[in-house]
Amino acid sequence: MVTVAPHQVRPGRGVELGLLVVALALGVGAYALVGLNVTGVLPANIARYGAGMAVLAVVMHLVLRVRAPYADPVILPAAVALNGIGLAMIYRIDLAESTAADPSTFANRQLAWTGIGVLLACVVLVVLRDHRTLRRYTYTAMVAGLALILLPLVPGLGTTINGARIWVHLGGMSLQPAEFAKIALAVFFAGYLVTHRDTLALAGPTVLGLHLPRLRDLGPILVVWAGSLAVLVFERDLGTSLLFFGLFVAMLYLATERTGWILIGLGLFLGGALVAARTFSHVAARFEGWLHAFDDDVINQSPGGSFQLVSALYGMASGGLFGTGWGQGRPDLVPYAESDFIIASLGEELGLTGLLALLLVYLVLAERGMRTAIGVRDGFGKLLAGGVSFVVAFQCFVVVGGVTRVIPLTGLTMPFLAYGGSSLLANWVIVALLLRISDSARRPAPEVQGYDPGAPASTAADGQATEVLTGLREARG
Amino acid sequence: MNTPLRRIAVVVVVMFLALMGAATWVQYVQAAQLNADPRNVRTLYREYDNFRGPIVVGGEPVASSTPVDDPFGFQRAYTNGPLYAHATGYYSIVYGRTGLERASNDLLTGTADSLFLSRIQDLVTGRQPQGSSVELTLDPAVQAAAAEALGDQRGAVVALDPTTGAVLAMVSSPSFDPNVLAGHDTSTVNDLYRTLTDDPGEPLVNRAIAGDTYPPGSTFKLVDAAAALESGLTPESPLAAPDVLPLPASSATIGNFGGASCGGGGTVSLAEALRISCNTAFAQLGLDLGDDALREQAERFGFGAPLSIPLRVTPSRFPEDPDQPQTALAAIGQQDVRATPLQMAMVSAAIANGGEQMAPFLVRTVRSPDLEVVEETSPSVLRTPVSPATAAALRDMMVGVVETGTGTAARIPGVLVAGKTGTAQTTDDVAPHAWFTAFAPADAPRVAVAVIVENGGNVGNEATGGRVAAPVARAVIEAVLAR
Repeated sequence: MVTVAPHQVRPGRGVELGLLVVALALGVGAYALVGLNVTGVLPANIARYGAGMAVLAVVMHLVLRVRAPYADPVILPAAVALNGIGLAMIYRIDLAESTAADPSTFANRQLAWTGIGVLLACVVLVVLRDHRTLRRYTYTAMVAGLALILLPLVPGLGTTINGARIWVHLGGMSLQPAEFAKIALAVFFAGYLVTHRDTLALAGPTVLGLHLPRLRDLGPILVVWAGSLAVLVFERDLGTSLLFFGLFVAMLYLATERTGWILIGLGLFLGGALVAARTFSHVAARFEGWLHAFDDDVINQSPGGSFQLVSALYGMASGGLFGTGWGQGRPDLVPYAESDFIIASLGEELGLTGLLALLLVYLVLAERGMRTAIGVRDGFGKLLAGGVSFVVAFQCFVVVGGVTRVIPLTGLTMPFLAYGGSSLLANWVIVALLLRISDSARRPAPEVQGYDPGAPASTAADGQATEVLTGLREARG
Repeated sequence: MNTPLRRIAVVVVVMFLALMGAATWVQYVQAAQLNADPRNVRTLYREYDNFRGPIVVGGEPVASSTPVDDPFGFQRAYTNGPLYAHATGYYSIVYGRTGLERASNDLLTGTADSLFLSRIQDLVTGRQPQGSSVELTLDPAVQAAAAEALGDQRGAVVALDPTTGAVLAMVSSPSFDPNVLAGHDTSTVNDLYRTLTDDPGEPLVNRAIAGDTYPPGSTFKLVDAAAALESGLTPESPLAAPDVLPLPASSATIGNFGGASCGGGGTVSLAEALRISCNTAFAQLGLDLGDDALREQAERFGFGAPLSIPLRVTPSRFPEDPDQPQTALAAIGQQDVRATPLQMAMVSAAIANGGEQMAPFLVRTVRSPDLEVVEETSPSVLRTPVSPATAAALRDMMVGVVETGTGTAARIPGVLVAGKTGTAQTTDDVAPHAWFTAFAPADAPRVAVAVIVENGGNVGNEATGGRVAAPVARAVIEAVLAR
């Protein structure tokens, strides 16, 4: 028998700390440059701001050292870098839009939300010792997800902003519950599909060579699907609906490996979108603004014209290859430059180079999540990590694709970058979940039977460990 | 589940590649087109946020940019605005550019190809890029004298250096203050612009080169005389000069100014006919020479040709295919003949310069911000409308006009002035336009000038070119000779 030297998995906390220094330098440096370039002096609160960000990052790093020592070392720095760069751009737009009488304070609020988000992520890491605990709450998550989706429709609670009824007002704060719903739904899909994947995939009639699942297996999924369609119809939120649909199709495919269903799903969605485009004027306007963005009457149409999109394209074009530099462009000429269109603001000031770099950071974040999914041993973890990683990547695609005219503009926020408390909290929770799952994915199988509070309950066989490593290598290629 | 996970991971990569491709498309491939889109307000801001070079007259900037704290970054200001308004034009965030602000825009912004090295220097030294200064040929004293002599009469004055073509004065009246249109407050600018466009005096129109061109009246007789001399006639050649000329194939007639007789109703010499501006003699001469000969001579003086100095000049014109009565009328500068004051100044300048017409130009030098000369206009011969002999004969005939003829108001003691008057009827119920074109000194010309005073100016129906326009020309000539 051949003996294999045990592969030493390094926890990677040292790497993480190094990368965190780089990420903090990016964010705080950007913040300082904005102040220098716009006002000529460093921002007054640069020391407090830099210290605050560093403390947040280090606290989370320490929590990881204690609670998830084997967590992926790249995920946290990527999130910190994106959050920091987003803050710098929001501060930059604040400076452009502030007047003496009416100072714009988006950056301060975003900074507060960042603090809450990081602390929430720490709480998740501390409280949730093992991600599989979440599987117990599969149906709770379904109910919670549906409730969150439908919350804005409750009279007196939901408010309509810019035509979309996706906001909830609670105690002076406005929240977008759909951001949290996507996590709940990912938990539900993961829990439900891991149990029912075999019956879904195998039991049921075959029609025209295509295997169909039994209705009773598909039932809960259809309920959720109907819920996300209701978002489209009653809340007029194309983006969130598209996001839920993407999550739904991706996780169904992950669980069943049935490519045919994806095609059916895509067909259904395209069909639904076409029907919606003919039925609802707001959807039709989005398509018109996408296909004929530069027609004069489409630009000037209000509401629902392409003025915002075209302004963003002008902004990005003026940035060119290398951008105008922090604080040197005019991102404030684009409506919602700090939220829905922050990617155009960054494209203008950091140029194509900066925009591609940001996209690469997102790609690294998403692929690290995918690698976690491949590495983790249990099906629930695979589905959950794969699902939330995909939803982050897909959200980037929907947002950036909308701004660059790959797809119609829908109105989602860029994870971590864009202004918005709900989005920031939800994405920090996603990061916490990914870190938690990656910890169990990368944790070496215990060699000695002993008590290890953080270890997975089952002991992994050597074969599985090898598969994990192979998976890692392939994911890298 | 690892196989579908890997596939999804690939899908994610593909999605991001699509985004990167789209971003490259927007920010690199399409960027130039998007930046040039006239609806792109950034282009406007970027252009106006530019340390634009000054326009300089006589060593002093008449248009210059100063940094201000607003989205546009710089404020354009015009010193002595109304005096140079039609040369500089205006630079407005709402109404764009006119005049040299438009014609020399790429030099003033510093984006012209000839400024490439200067831009590289700015890049290397980190100096704030600034546009070039554009120095004009206008002479402040001559320009001021022309504007003052014209006063509040509607009209225009153009003065050229006949030996180089340099434009010494270009005045159009009434004028406007370009400062009011250069403001950054859109609604104020809109209101002031509307006031200017509603003004019946049309102050925004540069009458000197681009107005509704005028019938040149008797100043066109210089072209007739040139054609006659070029065809072999001499100043002494006798011309039939009836008191009233019946026009062929029509019941209309042409009489002389005020019903006067020239030469007692018989014949007059060509020189005499020009001196007293005899309509019947020149109408008959025009009929004898034919419209083709007149048109050809007019075109050799520049009629019908596009011209840019670098302001765009409206081409003057001679009718395409006139019948006999129309030809007779065209010969005395009526009917469908139209000329700009610059064109008539160019006629005089060509005669003054021995038959060689120099290309008129308004921009003398272009200097980079470090005062290095980037471009310099060198005088060039545009055309040779007449032979030196013809030019000399015409000069002597024009001297006669000023010495003892219709243009005596332009006489200057001790200086030989050569000129020609014109009184152009427009419609019966409106006072005629008064013209005068001249050059001086006749033996060594330093200035050629053309003046038009619309609808008789301050004199009204009593106006003649000799009475209203000649004194303006004299003031301009004196200003040049006093330099």
